[in-house]
Amino acid sequence: MTVTAPEETGTRAAKTDGPGAARGARPPGRIRRIGLPYLLLLPALLLEILVHLLPIVTGIFMSFKELSQFYLRDWGAAPWRGLDNYSVTVDFDAPIGAALLHSFAITCAFTVLSVGLCWLLGTTAAVYLQETFRGRGVLRALFLVPYALPVYAAVITWAFMFQRDNGLVNHVLHDQLGLTDSPTFWLIGDNSFVALLVVSVWKGWPFAFLIVMAGLQNIPRDMYEAAAIDGAGMWQQIRRITLPSLRPVNQVLVLVLFLWTFNDFNTPYVLFGKSAPESADLISIHIYQSSFATWDFGTGSAMSVLLLLFLLVVTGLYLLVTNRGRKTADV
Amino acid sequence: MSSPATTTRPTAPRSPSAPRSPMAPPRSFLWSRRIFLTLLVGFVLLPVYVMVSSSLKPLQDVTEKFRWLPSDLTVQPYFDIWETVPLADYFVNSLIVAGAATVCSVTIAVFAAYAVSRYRFKGKRVFTVTVLSTQMFPGILFLLPLFLIYVNIGNATGIALFGSRAGLILTYLTFSLPFSIWMLIGYFDSVPRELDEAALVDGCGPLGALFRVVVPAAIPGIVAVAVYAFMTAWGEVLFASVMTNDVTRTLAVGLQGYATQNDVYWNQVMAASLVVSIPVVAGFLLLQRYLVAGLTAGAVK
Repeated sequence: MTVTAPEETGTRAAKTDGPGAARGARPPGRIRRIGLPYLLLLPALLLEILVHLLPIVTGIFMSFKELSQFYLRDWGAAPWRGLDNYSVTVDFDAPIGAALLHSFAITCAFTVLSVGLCWLLGTTAAVYLQETFRGRGVLRALFLVPYALPVYAAVITWAFMFQRDNGLVNHVLHDQLGLTDSPTFWLIGDNSFVALLVVSVWKGWPFAFLIVMAGLQNIPRDMYEAAAIDGAGMWQQIRRITLPSLRPVNQVLVLVLFLWTFNDFNTPYVLFGKSAPESADLISIHIYQSSFATWDFGTGSAMSVLLLLFLLVVTGLYLLVTNRGRKTADV
Repeated sequence: MSSPATTTRPTAPRSPSAPRSPMAPPRSFLWSRRIFLTLLVGFVLLPVYVMVSSSLKPLQDVTEKFRWLPSDLTVQPYFDIWETVPLADYFVNSLIVAGAATVCSVTIAVFAAYAVSRYRFKGKRVFTVTVLSTQMFPGILFLLPLFLIYVNIGNATGIALFGSRAGLILTYLTFSLPFSIWMLIGYFDSVPRELDEAALVDGCGPLGALFRVVVPAAIPGIVAVAVYAFMTAWGEVLFASVMTNDVTRTLAVGLQGYATQNDVYWNQVMAASLVVSIPVVAGFLLLQRYLVAGLTAGAVK
């Protein structure tokens, strides 16, 4: 059952005259050997079941029910709707489906841009900080500040900066540089997408920086020395050694960034409040809004389930393509 | 003696365009580094500057046109923040919730990671894959079902989970759990097996070996995981806004209280943001060395 079993038997034989001989009151070996890993996993397992698996199952169940506010307290009694919630959700000609499709498209565009920029900034900064120079430690700490700041404190500051009449952004763009004819609305209308992207990149790139920096430490020093002796310059070393060596790190990083950005609720919620402007209507906010504004939790659940399926498919494909699936499963 | 500048021999003197060893970067690299890093520092620090400077301004300065410097330096907002909303209560709530979630999450993750790292058992792969894949689920997916489950548990057993700190702690600790387990498995794997096997030979039980050998050797990883768990709980907004009431409200929701119908006390919002950020930022910067070390061993293999 366990690999350690033979060693442990040997252990027990050897310990009679070792220091462990003094403590006799230990649980019987059989239980320990077979049950111990499960016992150690039990708390994690129970919590995962209660807070992750059970809600998912419940959510799937809910998506087949007519779940208005009347049935919230006793949702078992809610009438069965079958696939109706789903057909409403994917009817892209009707308002609900059309709005969902729009929100999905916005989220995809936003995620691609945000992840791309986060990766670019994080990798560039990490590569530039790879060599020691004066002030490197200070910069490294500074760059982690956006990551360390609590989301609501940081994003609320950005919300203040994006205020139309008393914000820093308009003051600089309009009053000081004269780039715009009149103060711009940043938190409503089409510009909201830009505002959200800026905040998301500001907050997200330090994570890429952190991971790439950690990945850089695994590249052996002598590879650079060998390349230098062969006559490769700094830029060539970066292109030929640093970037290729980061590949496995980048594959994990991009996946994690993608999932976090795609599912992000906190940033748009603090920036815009309960309902985001149309141009920045990320899917998390959209589901939240369509569940709570209309008290139609059945349709909201159907949207969540579809989103989950989408993420599963994308992640599965990604793992297949990058061939990380086997490695991840082997952790 | 005077060798041509284009030589590739590492000992020869070079012109700026000639190949360099990693110790002497070319000028183009130094310049681009300087420009890039300067711009990036500006981008990163701009909100921090706004937060600090605005927190020292009188209300008039933050309701009218933006000013780079306060017209009148005042620390009044730092006194007002505690009066406008019960910030101290929110602070205590956040501390209790994030602290408890961190302690529980780290303890549970240590046990689980030890089991996965050191034992072979049926269902190991299913466990790791399931735990990891919960990372990909959107929080919104859990919100309503958890709300219903907590209400039902409350109705059935009388244990009030919804609206209580316990419910929030329970939710938060599982948010950081998958990542913590994943990272600790990597970290424990990097602790040589011979170390705890030697402890077993010396008569320690498996738990003794875990706490006397593996845990001390994996302290950087454990600190990293604790920092991550605390930050996750301290910064969470969605569940905090739905699952708390007047008594259990955390900072994440409390900061919204500075906006009245007519006005937003932006100077107070900034002062309060700064005050709630200082504990996490300070702790994070002190411990970031561990986080990088933990990520190197755990997440990046």
